[in-house]
Amino acid sequence: MDAAIVTRALVKRYGKTVALDGVDLSVRTGEIHGFLGPNGAGKSTTIRILLGLLRSDSGDVTLLGGDPWRDAVALHRRLAYVPGDVNLWPNLSGGEAIDLLLSLRGGFDRVRRDDMIDRFQLDPTKRCSSYSKGNRQKVAIVAAFASDVDLYILDEPTSGLDPLMEAVFQDVVKEQVRQGKTALLSSHILAEAEALCDRVSIIRKGRIVQSGTLDEMRHLTRTSIHVHTESPVRGMEGRAGVHDLALDAEGATFEVDAEQLGDVLAELTAFGVVALTSTPPTLEDLFLRHYGDELAELTGNGAGS
Amino acid sequence: MTDWKGTWRLVRHGLRRDRVVLPVWIAALTGLSAAVVAAEVAMYATAAERAHGAAFGAANVFTRIMDGPASGTSLGAISMVEAFQKLAIFVALMAAQAVVRHTRQDEETGRAELIGSGVVGRQARLTAALIVSVGASFIVGAGVTMALLAHGLPLEGSLASGAALAATGACFAAIAGVAAQVSTTQRGANALAGGVLGLSFLLRAVGDAFGTVTASGVELVSAWPSWLSPLGWGQQMRVFHQDNWAVLALFSVLFVGLAVTAFALGNRRDMGAGLIADRSGPAEAPPRLLSPGGLALRLQKWPLITWGAALVVTGVAFGAVGESMEDFADTNPQVADLFLGVAPGATIVELYFALVFSFIAVAAAGYTVQALLRMRAEEVSGRLEPILSTSVGRIAWLASHGRFAVGGTVAVLVACGGAAALSHGVVSGDFAAGWGVMAAALVQIPAVLALGAVVFALFGVAPRWAGALSWAALAVSFVMGQFGDLLELPQWALNMSPFTHVPAVPAVALSYGPLVVLVAVAAVLVGVGMAGFGRRDLAIAA
Repeated sequence: MDAAIVTRALVKRYGKTVALDGVDLSVRTGEIHGFLGPNGAGKSTTIRILLGLLRSDSGDVTLLGGDPWRDAVALHRRLAYVPGDVNLWPNLSGGEAIDLLLSLRGGFDRVRRDDMIDRFQLDPTKRCSSYSKGNRQKVAIVAAFASDVDLYILDEPTSGLDPLMEAVFQDVVKEQVRQGKTALLSSHILAEAEALCDRVSIIRKGRIVQSGTLDEMRHLTRTSIHVHTESPVRGMEGRAGVHDLALDAEGATFEVDAEQLGDVLAELTAFGVVALTSTPPTLEDLFLRHYGDELAELTGNGAGS
Repeated sequence: MTDWKGTWRLVRHGLRRDRVVLPVWIAALTGLSAAVVAAEVAMYATAAERAHGAAFGAANVFTRIMDGPASGTSLGAISMVEAFQKLAIFVALMAAQAVVRHTRQDEETGRAELIGSGVVGRQARLTAALIVSVGASFIVGAGVTMALLAHGLPLEGSLASGAALAATGACFAAIAGVAAQVSTTQRGANALAGGVLGLSFLLRAVGDAFGTVTASGVELVSAWPSWLSPLGWGQQMRVFHQDNWAVLALFSVLFVGLAVTAFALGNRRDMGAGLIADRSGPAEAPPRLLSPGGLALRLQKWPLITWGAALVVTGVAFGAVGESMEDFADTNPQVADLFLGVAPGATIVELYFALVFSFIAVAAAGYTVQALLRMRAEEVSGRLEPILSTSVGRIAWLASHGRFAVGGTVAVLVACGGAAALSHGVVSGDFAAGWGVMAAALVQIPAVLALGAVVFALFGVAPRWAGALSWAALAVSFVMGQFGDLLELPQWALNMSPFTHVPAVPAVALSYGPLVVLVAVAAVLVGVGMAGFGRRDLAIAA
């Protein structure tokens, strides 16, 4: 099977509020797919429809070849879910909650479970009521990755983890995908998506506004250059492909379109380059292309344009 | 004073949060007191009839346990003897829940942390919760006073009645204030306060059951256990009879003592912590936990044990006094006629047990409602989401809780019936009669399950309203059972309560017809609930 998840024109309304306005999401088998967007864009609603917890008003969903609403039970044996907000039973210990979730999904491997608890440095004897947000998330993460499933659905799984645990998390996801598993990772931590994802989809106001590999997306945007030169840089004002130019006595800072990058660098050598930093477009830049207008409105200036 | 900074802002915030729930409580309790007085006015046309009623209440162990001590023959006194115990229990519940809502619930959900980081003193939250709760209790008291005055009852007694209710509410607000410091969860704090309420009822019931009737025959002097119970103090004020204001001093001492304790405990503990230290748990789950049914058992075990124990104690108490009903009827032929009018040919004891279990069944339905509403609590807290994301289907999950509620309901009624049968047997020496007592308990099961099926259907079809409507359905059944005849409700209204349809076994022969209908209605409602839950969106925790 080629695609693990395909949605077409998915719509979900709550009264007059349109939460999803025609989501077309496609996740290929064997990839880590980033699902990016700020709070309220529709990430969690989409994920809950994929899990059969919410019902779409219209549109089609296929998940692992089945219908997530109708075939929920059968499909759930083959997937594991980490919610963004993990709520657990206060009077169960973390270990009990993990074992419960694992066996409700259909049997588990104790060695793998203990290994995951170890790697995430979770104390499984504590009551869930005394866990911090990060530790509750670890419980859900351990319960997900200790199961042998085809698809991991991860809804902002690391928002409460410290940087060390974040690194462990990234290792674990990569291991699974190397074994042919698929992961859908919703996030607004762009560095995490950049480090992990093969492809990303950016969602805005209930629609997917862009989808593709990071390379494909980078090609659509600009690299930023900071150069320190012996003589003042000239001839860059108004040059095709150069944007947001700022000149000073010792060099220049600007952005350049991907296809003009080589020519511009050649021209710069004429001024005697002392130092040069080139920053490829980050996911943040890609993201801001779609959210620049909102940001401008929020910050009251033209940033991101 | 910095410890209390921000209290008034929190009071305003609390009033805004409770702007629906508290007015509903206040209106319902005021209305209930007005309805009872109206009914008593209609029932007792003459002083002689009132004297007879008071004498009955003073002598009858059953009314002593349910209503408390008889206190003379004035219209006001008779009305408040009838109504006070129930009003007091409701005010206590209202007040305790309000305090827990604004203290421990806020801590459990983390809201308190947000508030605590603002310009808010250490003691401000507890103080504000007490002010809101005690304030609501006083408004209930004022409402009841007005309702009594509206019927032309004397001013002093009306004021004393309102004051007694307000003081009861205030004391249970303070009890809940302490409970909220001790327990780390809202559920635990409510259970603790509820336990104190149950114990208070039990102490008062025992004290009044063993009380002595005065020479006048219309007044009962309670035994000492009644004086240990804040639920009993209000009745010891003997409103419209002696208007014994001095009893208010007891309330005041208890309130101040508990409030000081709550503040002291709050000062010594960390935010979010309790006094009962968190124990660590097992690193691995026992196999019996690892199924939907195993989880339901873990979540539902303690409420079942608590209710079961309470109903066993109740069964023993009511079973033990059953035999004395015969003697009582012997000395009181009019009562015997009244009883036997219901079912000619039955014995007084049989009628007594039929009546007792019609009340106990409504109490047992409280367990059923609570157990089924646990499903809604699991859903809104977001704990259902991870379960339904595993290979557990919606119906399988429903069934795990539904089965437990049905089994638990049967278990508590069987336990209660068995306890009553045994204690009746021990006292009377007639163990064979125990089968009739047991039958009185068992025959109630279809009615309790029918009420449970209403909760189940509401959860599936109208989840947002499930909590409020389920408790309302229970309250309606309770009012109809306790006051239905008194209020002269039309038959169609009485028919809405499932308990109306239960045959008065063992006083009358068992007729299967109504029970089959109750079970059929329950089955349909369960089907509606399953279909509804199967097709609706899950409520997603915010």
